[in-house]
Amino acid sequence: MNKSMEWETVIGLEIHAQLATKSKIFSGASTIYGAKPNTQACAVDLGLPGVLPVINEQAILMAIKFGLAIGAEIPERSVFARKNYFYPDLPKGYQISQFELPIVSNGFIEILTENKKNKLIKITRAHLEEDAGKSNHDQFNGYTGIDLNRAGNPLLEIVSEPDMNNAKEAISYLKKIHSLVRYLEICDGNMQEGSFRCDANVSVKPTQQKELGTRTEIKNLNSFKFIEAAINHEVERQINLIESGEIVIQETRLYDANKNETRSMRSKEEANDYRYFPDPDLLPVLITEETKKTVRELIPELPDAKRMRYQNELGLSEYDSDNLTANPDIANYFETTIKITNGNAKMCANWIMGDLSASLNKENMNLKNSPVTAKMLGDMINLIKDKTISGKIAKIVFEAMWNKEGEAISIIESKDLKQVTDLSEIENLIDGIIAENTLQVEQYKNCPADKKRKFISFFIGQIMKKSKGKANPIQVNELLKEKLNS
Amino acid sequence: MYKSTLAQLSIALESKKISSEELTRLYIERCNKHNNSLNCFITITEEEALKKARQADKKRASGDYNLLTGIPIAQKDIFCTNGTRTTCGSKMLDNFVAPYDATLIKKMNDAGLIMLGKTNMDEFAMGSSNETSFYGPVKNPWDDCRVPGGSSGGSASAVAARLSPAATGTDTGGSIRQPSSFCGITGLKPTYGRVSRYGMVAFASSLDQGGPMTQTAEDAALIMNIIAGFDEHDSTSTEKPTDNYTEKLNNSIKGLKIGLPKQYFDESLDNNVAEVIENGLKELEKLGAKCVDVELPHTELSIPAYYVVAPAECSSNLSRYDGVRFGHRCKEPKDLSDLYCRSRQEGFGKEVKRRIMTGTYVLSAGYYDAYYIKAQKIRQIISNDFQNVFKNVDIIAGPTTTGVAFKLNEKLNDPISMYLSDLYTVSVNLAGLPAISVPSGFINKLPVGMQLIGNYFQESLLMNVAHQYQKVTDWHQKIPQAYE
Repeated sequence: MNKSMEWETVIGLEIHAQLATKSKIFSGASTIYGAKPNTQACAVDLGLPGVLPVINEQAILMAIKFGLAIGAEIPERSVFARKNYFYPDLPKGYQISQFELPIVSNGFIEILTENKKNKLIKITRAHLEEDAGKSNHDQFNGYTGIDLNRAGNPLLEIVSEPDMNNAKEAISYLKKIHSLVRYLEICDGNMQEGSFRCDANVSVKPTQQKELGTRTEIKNLNSFKFIEAAINHEVERQINLIESGEIVIQETRLYDANKNETRSMRSKEEANDYRYFPDPDLLPVLITEETKKTVRELIPELPDAKRMRYQNELGLSEYDSDNLTANPDIANYFETTIKITNGNAKMCANWIMGDLSASLNKENMNLKNSPVTAKMLGDMINLIKDKTISGKIAKIVFEAMWNKEGEAISIIESKDLKQVTDLSEIENLIDGIIAENTLQVEQYKNCPADKKRKFISFFIGQIMKKSKGKANPIQVNELLKEKLNS
Repeated sequence: MYKSTLAQLSIALESKKISSEELTRLYIERCNKHNNSLNCFITITEEEALKKARQADKKRASGDYNLLTGIPIAQKDIFCTNGTRTTCGSKMLDNFVAPYDATLIKKMNDAGLIMLGKTNMDEFAMGSSNETSFYGPVKNPWDDCRVPGGSSGGSASAVAARLSPAATGTDTGGSIRQPSSFCGITGLKPTYGRVSRYGMVAFASSLDQGGPMTQTAEDAALIMNIIAGFDEHDSTSTEKPTDNYTEKLNNSIKGLKIGLPKQYFDESLDNNVAEVIENGLKELEKLGAKCVDVELPHTELSIPAYYVVAPAECSSNLSRYDGVRFGHRCKEPKDLSDLYCRSRQEGFGKEVKRRIMTGTYVLSAGYYDAYYIKAQKIRQIISNDFQNVFKNVDIIAGPTTTGVAFKLNEKLNDPISMYLSDLYTVSVNLAGLPAISVPSGFINKLPVGMQLIGNYFQESLLMNVAHQYQKVTDWHQKIPQAYE
């Protein structure tokens, strides 16, 4: 192989999004994360002899919602199939999934590439399936522990076409889907808890070659950072292999985040023959136009539409709009503050992306448990607008609210932070400072015009210090100039 | 008293001729006495039954009871029973105690019926002779050198010998009807979806159906009134309202049109059996029914289609027996693969393994279309054949089996010959139709059953016809001499 050859990367992604149903996809057991091992597995989840699955209607509706949101086809009839293989955390010896007739097919979403171009990523299919349990190979010396709490959790497996050409595009696609499922309220998107996981199919080929190269599937990817690193690493590995005259083997590889490398899990030859066949315990799922119509009405404003609206109607920058719409919690928070402040979008955006997000990041918290609610922040912004406090004082008020000292208005009162706007009071302050700094006043009067600003800043600083920041800076500025120039 | 039907026992209890405790004790004694020779029970729940009987007596005394409160019954060991082990005739489940009741069991318990024990069966209901049971073969009470049929052989034998007034069975390819025929009792396989499968250990999910095995059609109707109906735990159970199954028993069958499929009376059929069935049909004609010849042209395809579909589903359904969570686990597995292989090798018998292997084969890549898909197509054709026939007739009649009960070991090592003995029963399962086997005579002191097949949800009509037939015949009242 020619070493100077140009390579093209081809990536397809399989996302497993855990649907946000209260109970499992085929049983009544709870789906809440973090319970003691095997306390959330009922007879059905354990695959006891004689038990039967019953489909959770909510899971169906959520899958339809997703399908409609990506402009996909939702066939009238969709079928559950059994995927047969043996593994200790797969209680029945088969996973109930979908094979030939998935609930969602032929959708697409648009992503923004690195050079700011729109690119269509096709979504081949999305199908419903049950999750398996978890195997714990480390904690029990010489044994494997099985936790079946997760067994039967509802998953939507979202399969893309191999339409992405670099890790950045893959991440962009993932983030887009991640944002979408949370907007649709069908998945909490929690990657640490495994509610949103991804497998990547990666191959490389010489740019001018038409046929795709041999692909490998990388599993075990549970953060955007790891996914990007894993793809980049795998691309490099494949190119190195081919350039040194070897071949890529079709296989499943596991990503090891600690070593930043992928290693072989099983090759195609060892792969299972899953012996899919329609599950005789479940009737085909029939979806009417009526159902689709009802579900369509439940779809909220989606991130792309919101982003455009923020730019066009609220006058926010592309950057601000992107940040505020990526996560529906932030967008909702933002829109609440806008309502309270009667449309002061830029100011709301600045506070949310500034002090609020800094505080959240610092304490590794998310908006849902922020001590400063949208209402509290909105009220505070109103107090800036009506000049009760200055923007600078507001930072003190915000911090106090963050520390749960109360709402803005009571903090301002108890800390005596109300802005001084009384002209005579401000005049007294200025007079005092002028009297205390006769030398500087003299220098100000005698210096050339371009140096005067330095002195103004000095005087304002002194005045604000004396007023403990409460004097209205605009009034101070005006009155001071008047006095000095008189 | 032990010769009484459920209907008669209900009257006896109502008129206080006997208490439930006395009745239960009577049957328990018969079970204990004869089970050694017949081997029809895997588990006899003596203490629990007597306790429940005393409770039933109290209920009857207090006025809070149902028609069948306090009457004993035998349950096929395929139905999960909370606290009592459920073996399914397999070493694999020798130690398995379900933590829940099957829906059918729950309904019977709620109706006040008392479980005498769990009856023997072919391992995982796979067999036509009850010889594949880990717990040994069941004997036919009419001739202890012969099989009782299968897979519900224990239930059939127990009812025939009157160790229990009635029992339950399950029917995947004839497992209620064939042993009923071999043992001279009445067995109803309801429409697929009429009786919940929840808690019934699965063999072939799209074919399995539980039903009553009784002395009379009337008793079958009494049990259907209890067990039929939609179950939210079984997605394949139907929401269609149930009939009152006893209501129409006494309807006249004058003008009833009976179809006789040519394919059920051809050279596969034993001449003596043919004669018995013809006599039975004459009785029905005397009652005003009219027989016409019909065609079920694809009958001979039903056996191969069945032996693709059923093993395919079985291979998947039985994957859960892996030695990990319940059931048999091999000693000291050296790794995961060893745990799987040895647990399953030791836990399953020969016939079960044969079907798992067949099923795995027909579902595997490259063979799926040639076998599984083709079998499903045949299944559709067979269903269509029945629907064509039902355009012109009310029910279909014919033999239940090709011959009488065969000898123990006669077909054990010839699976194909064993499979072929299901010729008249399996197509009914493939189509999901209801059918009943009714005692219709004897050949050399061995009972012969006549099969009546109805259209979907026509259980009432089938039991009506069978009941009218039993009013003018006494084959169903015959009891093997050794158990008189």
